[in-house]
Amino acid sequence: MLKQPAFFIDMSSCSGCKTCMVSCMDKNDLPIGVKWRRVTEFTGGEWMQRPDGTFGQNVFAYYVSMSCNHCDDPICVKVCPTTAMHRNEHNIVTVDHNKCVGCRYCEMNCPYSAPQFNAELGKMTKCDFCYDKQLKGETPTCVAACPMRAIKFGEFEELKKMYGESQYIAPLPNPALTKPRLTMIPSRNAKPGGSTEGMQSNPEEV
Amino acid sequence: MELTGKMTQLPDMPCPDWSRREFLKWSAALGGLAALDSGGLSLGLRLAEAAEKAGTADEVMTWACCVVNCGSLCPLRLFTKDGRLVRVEPDNTGDGPGQREIRACLRGRSVRQLTYSPDRVKYPMKRIGKRGEGKFQRISWDEALDTIAKELRRIIDTYGNEAVYRQYGSGTTSASINRRNEFYRLINLLGGYMDQYGTYSSAQISAATPYTYGQRGANTVSDMVNSRLVVLFGNNPIETRASGGGISYDLMEARRKGKARFIIIDPRYSDTAALVADEWVPIRPGTDAALASAIAHVLITEDLVDQPFLDKYCVGYDESTMPEDIPPGNSYKDYILGTGSDGLAKTPAWAAPITGYPADGIVRLAREIGMAKPCFIVQGLGPQRHACGEQSARAILTLASLTGNVGINGGNTGDQEGSWGIQFPKLPTGKNPVKTLISFYTWDRAIADPKSMTALNAGVRNKDKLDVGIKFMWNSCSNATINQHSDINATKKILEDEKACEMIVVVETRMTPTAMFADILLPSTTPAEDEDIYRQGSAMEIGYLLISPRAIKPLFEARTQYDICTDLAKRLGVLEQYTEGRTQADWVRYLYEQARKMKPELPEDFNEATKIGLFKWMPGKPKVALKAFRDDPVANPLKTPSGKIEIFSKRLWDMSKTWELPEGDVLKALPEYVTTWECYEDPLRKKLPLQLIGHHYKGRVHSSYCDLPWLVSVAPQRLWINPVDAQARGLNHGDQVKVFNDRGATLVKIKVTPRIMPGVVSLPQGAWYKPNAQGVDTEGSVNILTRTHLSPLAKGNPQHTNLVEVVKA
Repeated sequence: MLKQPAFFIDMSSCSGCKTCMVSCMDKNDLPIGVKWRRVTEFTGGEWMQRPDGTFGQNVFAYYVSMSCNHCDDPICVKVCPTTAMHRNEHNIVTVDHNKCVGCRYCEMNCPYSAPQFNAELGKMTKCDFCYDKQLKGETPTCVAACPMRAIKFGEFEELKKMYGESQYIAPLPNPALTKPRLTMIPSRNAKPGGSTEGMQSNPEEV
Repeated sequence: MELTGKMTQLPDMPCPDWSRREFLKWSAALGGLAALDSGGLSLGLRLAEAAEKAGTADEVMTWACCVVNCGSLCPLRLFTKDGRLVRVEPDNTGDGPGQREIRACLRGRSVRQLTYSPDRVKYPMKRIGKRGEGKFQRISWDEALDTIAKELRRIIDTYGNEAVYRQYGSGTTSASINRRNEFYRLINLLGGYMDQYGTYSSAQISAATPYTYGQRGANTVSDMVNSRLVVLFGNNPIETRASGGGISYDLMEARRKGKARFIIIDPRYSDTAALVADEWVPIRPGTDAALASAIAHVLITEDLVDQPFLDKYCVGYDESTMPEDIPPGNSYKDYILGTGSDGLAKTPAWAAPITGYPADGIVRLAREIGMAKPCFIVQGLGPQRHACGEQSARAILTLASLTGNVGINGGNTGDQEGSWGIQFPKLPTGKNPVKTLISFYTWDRAIADPKSMTALNAGVRNKDKLDVGIKFMWNSCSNATINQHSDINATKKILEDEKACEMIVVVETRMTPTAMFADILLPSTTPAEDEDIYRQGSAMEIGYLLISPRAIKPLFEARTQYDICTDLAKRLGVLEQYTEGRTQADWVRYLYEQARKMKPELPEDFNEATKIGLFKWMPGKPKVALKAFRDDPVANPLKTPSGKIEIFSKRLWDMSKTWELPEGDVLKALPEYVTTWECYEDPLRKKLPLQLIGHHYKGRVHSSYCDLPWLVSVAPQRLWINPVDAQARGLNHGDQVKVFNDRGATLVKIKVTPRIMPGVVSLPQGAWYKPNAQGVDTEGSVNILTRTHLSPLAKGNPQHTNLVEVVKA
């Protein structure tokens, strides 16, 4: 088991296919609407028409796959009134269902929408980094699933050495907020964090 | 509708400013609401099982396959516990140099929901209402099979075997035994059936390309690492073939490792464009040939054509290589330069207002194509699925010849990318004594008005005209009959006449729109409930053999189609010949032995082979199409009449004089741009101003998997519309709209996005038709809007040629 498991997302290879989302649903039997991994589409650009009826444009789009980043400074843990949200012995942020009362403060505070309310259980649920698999030496589901090999996982310090600190890319929140254990290669089309050049364009899908 | 100046913001899209709070809102709020709304899943997917973690000791792993027709056919590892499917895992047999995991995409990963779908067809049923009404009564297997056998015998005796038809269907594509060949094998023992040619996928390009090259063929995607420029016309593998073992992955690898620039020509900024395009060239649907012609004009006038290649390998580029007996002025060069009969130079300025792409952009694009050596020009199947599809396909092919990129590494023929595989044997079908063939797209007319169908007006082959048409139709793994054929309202009327087609049998796993039109409806097993042996599809550069034992017992009263046909064979007196004494399990072993003859390295012991399950072969180097011809055109001529690349086709020239076509339709010897019904230039656009296409959607493959809740939750059905067109109609993202034309109407929500051209809307094809009381579809099923007009040469499906209007519902 890794000491500080972290995700690495190669957004320049992410095709937006959502295999990570569906394989996670299958592995974790998630009810409809509960999405432990979410693929956001960030789209922008403008069209112009010339007098001859032809068009010019500067349209761009890219996808960002996000689950829980098991942050160094997890706001969900800080705000949880029952201590249900905690960092477990494997350094994975997880929910103790014996303590969770489903108040959803964690959901309201997490800038990544990682904690997801399960209405059937009346409790919060979230990515547990497939630690059951990791304990057996297996690969987390989304990592093994990714057709483009865009999701990887590893020791946070080692990933940082290879890919640097987490970057502030639209539409992600500023990493200073929660210090996510997340490394990445941004998409070729990526816009800086806070960019208003585009917008999240698939709200119903995440 | 007029666009003036600069268009800035998408109308009423959520959250223009991405503060952290707003990022939270879209995701969490929607997730929470949907969860409250869901009411839970049925059957195997209850949350009680959620506590189960991966890989307990009592779990069993069985290999199976995602069998639907994207072409990828990804192996799956199914995990079962106490006889129930609990999880799906991907191919994990190794990734790296010389190895490639064929990782299933989201579709393959959802087969547990397919297996345990509440909409499974559970028992044999017979129709009790009017056909299509959807009223059924449960019957026994004996009654169902007795009825089918009796009707099949009566229809053969009354009308002959030409009256028997197996509907086109690709819901199962790679199985060696189940769902395709078993009915052919049965009916061939009973005198045969009327077969079809062509497919809903590739009718026009498959028909047209042989007139240029004598055959189809293309370089494989891995060869793009050798290219300087890759130009994709209407080609979107990222969404159509999302497997992690095939074309999508190869495309990404070529981009990572190679030096090529990527240009995508498409009315929609597809996911392929988002991932790999250095430049997006949006053009209006159906105008590919206009763009290609204008590119040719620049290539010719700026001396960027490969004249030695054209002289040596091609026919009809200019007067020097025209076939005999053709009057002067009919060469391709004459057409392009305006020295031919129409006197119209196909300049960029001519093409610009047709395509919607600026003339200076066309000049730049042409120069880039002309100067990049080698250049990989490749088309998807979108450009050809039009009323002018044959012309578009050949026009794109021609660019590859003009630039001399055919038959070399890093170049291509202009055809859809190639694949590599090993043709392991399947269940033998026997010989069909009936030779009559119809186009796959004319079965509706072969039911409604067969006697009007001739070789010259409807592409009937091996016979001058049809006599009786289709009286018995077998549908298995097919949703073509209602959902995937065009003009659902017209098709319904044809099928509702119970005297026209007298017997419709549907073998299905779920209650599809086609199943609603069954006379007898039979429950079929899904891949998890089957045993079979699979081979790779046609969308990767890997050959594989996959032994798939039964993972779970058949649910309800579902049976395999081999067993169904075996029982029919018994009733029809051909049991021995049908089975040759083999059960389905015996056939799997038999086919494995046949495969071993091709690949002796396969284990001798079948049980050992079954334990391993998946065997793969990789060619290790890219395939170059027409290389032998390029190297020595005299020793290796093409299968065209001249043995060369026929830019001008004498065969088409002759056919254009004899074939009977509706007014406005044309066959052309040259790959000219032609206007058609409901093209951009059709005056009907005054009434129906938007061009409608139906792109392939990541949430399903054609109509397969359309109803699975996980997939719908990540990829809901939406009409893509440009902000300008939405604004002009007062529409906001997420609004419910009515999309309509004179053929029908459908209700669907909209995705307002700059990723589609102004004036064009796209309704992803394959959503299951579900009409309301007024006959308006409520699911965004595109074929309520498409037209059954045959394309001129292929007699194929022009399903991306449509004019519509969109209003708020």
